[in-house]
Amino acid sequence: MANWVRISSRSIGNHIRKRMNQGFIGSAVDINKSSGSSSALHGGRTVCDRNRRYLNSLPWNRATLFWFQRFKSTVAEKQQDSFLSSDTDDDQLSLDFPGGKVSYTSDMNFISESSQTRVPCYRVLDDDGELIKDTDFQQVSKEAAVKMYSKMVNLQIMDTIFYEAQRQGRISFYLTSAGEEAINIASAAALTEQDIILPQYREPGVLLWRGFTLQEFADQCFGNKADYGKGRQMPIHYGSKKHNFFTISSPIATQLPQAAGIAYSLKMDNKKACVVSYIGDGGTSEGDFHAGLNFAAVMEAPVIFFCRNNGWAISTNVWEQFRSDGIVVKGRAYGIRSIRVDGNDALAVYTAVSAAREMAVNEQRPILIEALTYRVGHHSTSDDSTKYRQSDEIVYWKNARNPVNRFRNWVQSNGWWSDQQETQLRSSVRKQVIISLIGLDIHNLHFFSDT
Amino acid sequence: MFIVKFVFLHFVCLLQREREMALRNIMGKRVRIGLMGRRLLSTATCDVESGNSKSINLYSAINQALHVALETDPRAFVFGEDVSFGGVFRCTTGLADRFGKARVFNTPLCEQGIVGFGIGLAAMGNRAIAEIQFADYIYPAFDQIVNEAAKFRYRSGNQFNCGGLTIRAPYGAVGHGGHYHSQSPEAFFCHVPGIKVVIPRSPRQAKGLLLSCIRDPNPVVFFEPKWLYRLAVEEVPEHDYMLPLSEAEVIRQGSDITLVGWGAQLSIMEQACIEAEKDGISCELVDLKTLIPWDKETVEASVRKTGRVLISHEAPVTGGFGGEISASIVESCFLRLEAPVARVCGLDTPFPLVFEPFYMPTKNKILDAIKATVNY
Repeated sequence: MANWVRISSRSIGNHIRKRMNQGFIGSAVDINKSSGSSSALHGGRTVCDRNRRYLNSLPWNRATLFWFQRFKSTVAEKQQDSFLSSDTDDDQLSLDFPGGKVSYTSDMNFISESSQTRVPCYRVLDDDGELIKDTDFQQVSKEAAVKMYSKMVNLQIMDTIFYEAQRQGRISFYLTSAGEEAINIASAAALTEQDIILPQYREPGVLLWRGFTLQEFADQCFGNKADYGKGRQMPIHYGSKKHNFFTISSPIATQLPQAAGIAYSLKMDNKKACVVSYIGDGGTSEGDFHAGLNFAAVMEAPVIFFCRNNGWAISTNVWEQFRSDGIVVKGRAYGIRSIRVDGNDALAVYTAVSAAREMAVNEQRPILIEALTYRVGHHSTSDDSTKYRQSDEIVYWKNARNPVNRFRNWVQSNGWWSDQQETQLRSSVRKQVIISLIGLDIHNLHFFSDT
Repeated sequence: MFIVKFVFLHFVCLLQREREMALRNIMGKRVRIGLMGRRLLSTATCDVESGNSKSINLYSAINQALHVALETDPRAFVFGEDVSFGGVFRCTTGLADRFGKARVFNTPLCEQGIVGFGIGLAAMGNRAIAEIQFADYIYPAFDQIVNEAAKFRYRSGNQFNCGGLTIRAPYGAVGHGGHYHSQSPEAFFCHVPGIKVVIPRSPRQAKGLLLSCIRDPNPVVFFEPKWLYRLAVEEVPEHDYMLPLSEAEVIRQGSDITLVGWGAQLSIMEQACIEAEKDGISCELVDLKTLIPWDKETVEASVRKTGRVLISHEAPVTGGFGGEISASIVESCFLRLEAPVARVCGLDTPFPLVFEPFYMPTKNKILDAIKATVNY
């Protein structure tokens, strides 16, 4: 948290408190007013209430916490005016510069490079898949939950078998989303078909959710006649116009400024849709990350920047990637509302993306979501991650922190899933995946007929 | 020392005047050059198009083209650094007032963002007309142009495209630009399948070509010779018209040697042609207009006629686009050639400030090369 708020100058503290209540930094700050659309959040408790309780429980000055409230607002607000407007009683204590009034201080204090504590991470289910007490989340129906879970299993099995197919020489390359199934499926589930996806490359689950068939995935990996990409790119570079999923390109982060442009177009056309652009932790170091977020903020474009912070960019871990508190704190640098979520918690991801989407579309603003997770698999089939990280670590995340198992526990505990259905699903999906691969090899072979 | 300085200054003055006079002739129309407010009328013949046309300079012609583009397509946008108030070269004057801030707007100072944003806009079927303030600053956007814009349609199997993207940038020498306000980076982009590179030589050409670029279903990089923004004045039709891309134009007929060039350099080459005429050398001058895909047929036909070719561009000679033209001509016209292909280009140095007159491919350098080629 910003240390400068705790300096001795009273006027600053007062000023901040006053500004907080006026929405100075632009958050929907009246914590006593519950926002209309937050009734969409189930549980009878608004997110406002939850925040108030949380804030009251913290030891330090409440004035320092105004920024926590940013992410929960779904009420449209005029922010630019409040940011630049002057406050009459503080005229004597403020300076006028391009960009608006600022208070001055005679105490020289540097803003600390990091907060006392890291930005907390929003989660709904605990590690065993049990609902955390008093949590607020977007409820999902049985149908939706089962669909989400099935797709997560689909993704897991597709990844496993396609990876093996590469090892067998059937396809030239593959990369898995192991460990990130919740991010893939739950984020997709919270969107509509009209929302436009600009992926990085580890989000095939979004396409899977939208109905891209296993055959279509295989076709692209083979680069055969049926490939929509006409065999021009390496495997996993999927693209689908009918599913509003822009073709994947290998350069990292190039999609981010493009997302701002696409979102601006949606805004001009008054579409009730947004753009969701994915990026990894490594990708946030690229210049295009800065360009994309800054443009989206200035153009007031409805983009959700979804960062999958899985701890690794090939062999580069996050300590070697940045020295900030992850990605979530960067949102503020661009004037973008941000949240950190547990990426291995499907319900948390689902809730956060739902809320983000509403804000993006209704308020025409960009949102940044950082989903913490772990890349269980190697970077790709060209990588052996045991060369730069401990096998124990990988095994731990694969077993003890598995997002698929965690969600399964929750679904099963609701009585919506059974072990028998599990076995059936897995064997059925496995069969389909294999057909999508093998079916092509024996295409047009006639065993019995001579015509 | 004093003598050296005197000679140098005299040389510089000669070069300035050379450029002035050259501009007078290149348009082939009645032309007024404004240099320090003075106007000079040339004796070249008038060639007024049917319908109304007005004598305007290059930046006004481009401004007109942008007005037409935004008028005729409600999904056209113009954006870039400082375009809102009219732009640092006044090319975007009046657009924001007329079409609104939602369609004509300033962007943050970030070329990779400008082009990336433009690609996104274009991918949704809009006409995204992005301005890069100087071609010297286009490099941060190089990744977006080469890896994204140029490959957008191809890599998606034609499911997606960003054909509505046009990137405009002022390029070339301006007399005092130095390293970072004079560059001609066209060669970098000519090496990229998937985009087009277009360079106009005059106001009338600029308006028609820019409209074609904007309406072309491919991403286009449009380099505008900044030297000509004010200095080149020409009769430009007021209506909406387009000039074809990938069609070179023979702007001066000749029989002894073919000269190939583009942009502001053509006016210098024209000057050399006139002087060569006095020595009995008949020069054919070809304006390439579109550098990729370039019109090989027209150039080859001309070379087959003359048997000699000279290419001239401001960009440094090594790796310049002249090399591509030369190699291509040699491949197709080898036995017809009477002499090696000549290239009169910028030197292989960064673009210097005070040494600009020495760096540039001047009329005399071209003239020397013409004579050497003809007398080979």
